[in-house]
Amino acid sequence: MKILLITEQRDATWNKVSFETLVAAQQIAAQTGGKLVGAVMGKGVDTLAGALATKKLDEVLLVEHDLLEKYTADGYTHALKQVIAQAQPDLVLLPHTYQVRDFAPKLAASLGKGMIGDCIGYRYENGKLVFVRQMFQGKTAADVAFQAAAPWFATLQAGAFRADQAQDGAAKAPVNHVSVNLKPEDIRTVPLELFREAKQAVDLTQAPIIVAIGRGIKEQKNLPLVENLAKVLGGEIAASRPICDEGWLPMDRQIGSSGQTVAPKLYIALGISGAIQHVVGMKGSRTVVAVNKDANAPIFEVADYGIVGDIFEVIPALAEELEKAKSA
Amino acid sequence: MNIAVCIKQVPAKDAPLQIPEGGAWIRETDIGFETNEPDGYALEEALRLKEKHGGEVVAISMGPERVKQTIKEAMAKGADRGIHVVDDKFFQLDPLGSARSLAAAIQKEKFDLILTGLQSDDHGFGQTGVLLAELLGLPHATIIMQIEVQDGRMRLKRELEAGWFQWMEAPLPAVLSIQSGINKPRYATLKGIMAAKKKEIASIPRASLGVDATPTQKVERIYVPAKTKKTEILTGTAREAAAKLVEKLKHEARVL
Ligand SMILES: Cc1cc2nc3c(=O)[nH]c(=O)nc-3n(C[C@H](O)[C@H](O)[C@H](O)COP(=O)(O)OP(=O)(O)OC[C@H]3O[C@@H](n4cnc5c(N)ncnc54)[C@H](O)[C@@H]3O)c2cc1C
Ligand SMILES: Nc1ncnc2c1ncn2[C@@H]1O[C@H](COP(=O)(O)O)[C@@H](O)[C@H]1O
Repeated sequence: MKILLITEQRDATWNKVSFETLVAAQQIAAQTGGKLVGAVMGKGVDTLAGALATKKLDEVLLVEHDLLEKYTADGYTHALKQVIAQAQPDLVLLPHTYQVRDFAPKLAASLGKGMIGDCIGYRYENGKLVFVRQMFQGKTAADVAFQAAAPWFATLQAGAFRADQAQDGAAKAPVNHVSVNLKPEDIRTVPLELFREAKQAVDLTQAPIIVAIGRGIKEQKNLPLVENLAKVLGGEIAASRPICDEGWLPMDRQIGSSGQTVAPKLYIALGISGAIQHVVGMKGSRTVVAVNKDANAPIFEVADYGIVGDIFEVIPALAEELEKAKSA
Repeated sequence: MNIAVCIKQVPAKDAPLQIPEGGAWIRETDIGFETNEPDGYALEEALRLKEKHGGEVVAISMGPERVKQTIKEAMAKGADRGIHVVDDKFFQLDPLGSARSLAAAIQKEKFDLILTGLQSDDHGFGQTGVLLAELLGLPHATIIMQIEVQDGRMRLKRELEAGWFQWMEAPLPAVLSIQSGINKPRYATLKGIMAAKKKEIASIPRASLGVDATPTQKVERIYVPAKTKKTEILTGTAREAAAKLVEKLKHEARVL
């Protein structure tokens, strides 16, 4: 099976999920006895192409154009259609980043093909490739197989594979330029400046203890309960996205893919279901505690200690037991 | 400005999910359904744009008879009318087949803007908005946190990873997928609920749209993922469990 891996960079800096996806691509190539081709897109990214070429793959395609300097869905789709026409892959693998989810379904559909998105793994059994993805917010997994003729498209979730397992090549792979034809009128949107909101007031990345609250808290007026627990623990309070969306806590307290990524020595998740977008922001924590009334909540999958119960009973009890332990 | 909002109905957040043996979908009997939460933000954004620029808001939902309830709720909040693409087995559609069906219904009319939520809480494809744009031949933008319309163009704030944002411009018509948290969705008022009773829902059987829904992919089975990590579950009353936890954190994990 010939595999085309599409990497992602911005301003000549890799999005590191590219290398996690490389690991999956290397494994599938080895199992199916196929070739692996990696593509690097942008402008002035030849050094990145050179770096990718040190990895174990058969060829690197360098796709450069003035109109690819800044990402646009139209530009990337037009360019990649041409790359695919030349490379003729069976399987196109991409990292499931915000940028990829913005163009990859369009790219596949423009070729009349489908995409299996946000996969957490794959299986290759009896000559058949099956991708595994989550459904129902991580409460179930699904085995999904392609039906129609190749090329097939699949994206892999951040953290599904470990970038440090990427194999280096015995020799440097050839880097070949692919010239693509792009005209300004092909691109209907105008990308403008990137920015961050006003400076973050708290840096949660430095906090040794984080008490994080999710929608299980139900109402803003219940927050003092959690604030008190954080105080007793000497920790910072943080939250899942819906709590910040509601404005109950400021945005800079949000943990997850669109918030902060933290790795404290203790992370206590209270009434948080454990959706992947949250988990990517905290799974590096040394010790994780989860309290949830649903024994099947995905958050337990990343927890060292769990309590299946009502946070409105557990939080006060925990605060009291901690006070007791302190004075003992 | 005429705006279509795609709204999906999904199993209620706390619905117990039961998977029939070897099943590729959950058992739908005895569970509640609700509006896909992210779509509430898309609807709210559409209503605000209408209040500012005039026009109408049309709520579109594909699914079995029950999804009429979701359309009614959208109309109670202010959508002017609804389109129900009727298909009892819509959950079997793959992302492309589903988007082709919605696109065919949308194409029957003329909209300046088509809004979707970012992701559905059940399938979670995260593809529908982008696919609609491609199928309708329109430009698109995703993960949108702000929309300003002026002189037939839009200035958009797009969310990127890790706290970054980007401004961009797009022409109209276009398809946008809206990020949760962009606004504070309103509640339906009693007046709105009464007014909704007089609003119209056009029913279009999906089969009548004549779209090719040959699947590009197939869900072979769904299942509760096997636990890979050993989580130590602390049992007992809340107090007992809390006491055990403090003990563990102090002496086993040594993080206190
Ligand atoms: C592109 C994108 C980016 C995103 N970025 C982020 C991000 O950065 N961070 C983030 O957190 N999310 C993010 N999300 C949202 C994410 O998908 C989830 O929707 C979100 O994390 C869910 O938050 P939650 O767990 O608090 O709420 P829910 O999923 O509603 O879970 C609430 C949990 O509380 C439990 N519960 C309820 N009541 C009680 C009680 N009394 N006692 C105990 N337990 C109780 C329930 O069993 C449930 O498990 C993003 C989504 C997308 C699509
Ligand atoms: N059956 C449907 N009916 C109406 N809108 C839908 C349907 N399926 C998906 N959508 C829209 O597409 C968005 C993304 O869904 P998905 O691609 O399944 O994650 C949802 O938030 C809805 O706005």
